[in-house]
Amino acid sequence: MALSREEVRHLADIYHIYLSDDEVDALREQLGAILEQFHVLSELDTDDVPPTSHSVPLTTVMREDVPQLPYGADQVLRNAPDAYGQYFQVRTVLED
Amino acid sequence: MEIFDLTIHEARALLDTRQLTAAELTEAVLGRIASVEPRVGAFVTVTEDVARQAAAAADRSIAQGVATPITGIPMQIKDVMSTKGIRTTCSSRILENFVPLYDATVVERLYERGPVLVGKGNMDEFAMGSSTENSAFHVTHNPWSLDRVPGGSSGGSAAAVADGECFFSLGSDTGGSIRQPASLCGITGLKPTYGLVSRFGLVAFASSLDQIGPLTRDVEDCAIVLHAIAGHDPRDSTSIPGPRPNYPAALTGDVRGVRLGIPREYFGDGIDPAVDAAVKQAIAVLQDAGAQVEECSLPLTPYALAVYYIIAPSECSTNLARYDGVKYGFSVDDATTAWETQERTRSRGFGAEVKRRIMLGTYALSAGYYDAYYLKALKVRTLIRREFEEVFQRFDALVAPTCPTVAFRIGEKADDPVAMYKSDVLTIPVNIAGIPCISVPCGFSEGLPIGMQVMGPALGEETVLRVAHAYQQATDWHTRRPEGLEG
Repeated sequence: MALSREEVRHLADIYHIYLSDDEVDALREQLGAILEQFHVLSELDTDDVPPTSHSVPLTTVMREDVPQLPYGADQVLRNAPDAYGQYFQVRTVLED
Repeated sequence: MEIFDLTIHEARALLDTRQLTAAELTEAVLGRIASVEPRVGAFVTVTEDVARQAAAAADRSIAQGVATPITGIPMQIKDVMSTKGIRTTCSSRILENFVPLYDATVVERLYERGPVLVGKGNMDEFAMGSSTENSAFHVTHNPWSLDRVPGGSSGGSAAAVADGECFFSLGSDTGGSIRQPASLCGITGLKPTYGLVSRFGLVAFASSLDQIGPLTRDVEDCAIVLHAIAGHDPRDSTSIPGPRPNYPAALTGDVRGVRLGIPREYFGDGIDPAVDAAVKQAIAVLQDAGAQVEECSLPLTPYALAVYYIIAPSECSTNLARYDGVKYGFSVDDATTAWETQERTRSRGFGAEVKRRIMLGTYALSAGYYDAYYLKALKVRTLIRREFEEVFQRFDALVAPTCPTVAFRIGEKADDPVAMYKSDVLTIPVNIAGIPCISVPCGFSEGLPIGMQVMGPALGEETVLRVAHAYQQATDWHTRRPEGLEG
């Protein structure tokens, strides 16, 4: 079943991504069709099954704390779209 | 046979006996790239200068007698792995001009052994796709038939290995992205056990599933490259501790007594009869070589697809939240606020499939749906993992088709995401369980390659390599090369 336009807009708002009206309309149908494929999972009883988030059973991996030189600001800023001195520059965060 | 059609081990013999220099080998491959790339499109970036310098260094190493098995061998790296000073795009507009500050661990490990980087491989944007049609830059064509897809997401890697544009490539496999293109392009591709190869410097898609592995022309080359890249890495907290075995030494050619399971869910409905027949014939070859073959069952196989398309988009929506138009990558210049910058940068920087998966993952993780989708998928993942563990009590390896069909036509599934997702149905279960799996060519239908996959238990790389190698000792599908690609 297709999602509503409002549902798709809500998801885009949560993620902070702009979607055009055409994209919203396409996603309503596509997401609905994909979500229908997921219903098969309800056939399986998983009440007493623990979840697996990783296939390798490693927990709290520790290593020696070895001091290293970090990258300098000039290097880190090399890929920045916009920089001011030693800082990333962004547009207005708080509006009036 | 042309120089660029050799395997790594064949070229090695010529380099070590001074019948060929690394410079000559590199020029042969660069020439091949110049002649076929306009029609195949396997690269995002070709690195001629880097290659020529590396070739000269390799020739010096060979002269000094300090060559490794891959010294002087031209390679490609999928454009999802960081290469210091060489742009790394993930075939996305959002990283079109991104130049990494460091090398991925796998790249570092390779560089230490002296191969020649000839370029970065085209792929589905952020490794999301099964056809390489989702690259923001260009489509990659299957060298066996240019109107067909090479598979994906490592389609540029598979095409370049198949048509002589490099001797090997590294790909990444989240739901089949090494094995499926290897199968559709008629080459060998291995997805190692999750945690065997470091993911440090691999641009993240679905962190609990992503794994780097080799795409090569045969199993011997695959073992050579795996041996170079596998190892514990303190910079990847999911990296399995301890030493790695000597993979080339596992290729004994002997499969007598090896217990092979044939999971019946991987055959039958939805599988092209030609694929079915070719894989069954390949199983007979292994049986003739002394393997014990028996049918088995993995009843949860049909559920893996749903598990994957919940977990992978969920992790992707989290991982891709870092692209905010502030720290690196593409950023719009017509926004007036920080939020607008982020919203518009993502809108114009990401392609349709990436947006689709981000929205899907955001849905599955959002309040009210988390338990029903994401948590449910993680629980079924446990069941799938257990099912594999149980079947590997009785079998050393499992053999099945890699893909339900041969390569499909470019455009055929591009507008139908559900149909595209279903093309991964046979490769996904292995990623869910984290186990190793190799795909090798086992026949042709309509002039297009068919692939067979050999799955093993966790850390069972030596077994799957040994079985696949024994198969290649008895067959010659892996020696075929596509023809008629020159301009």
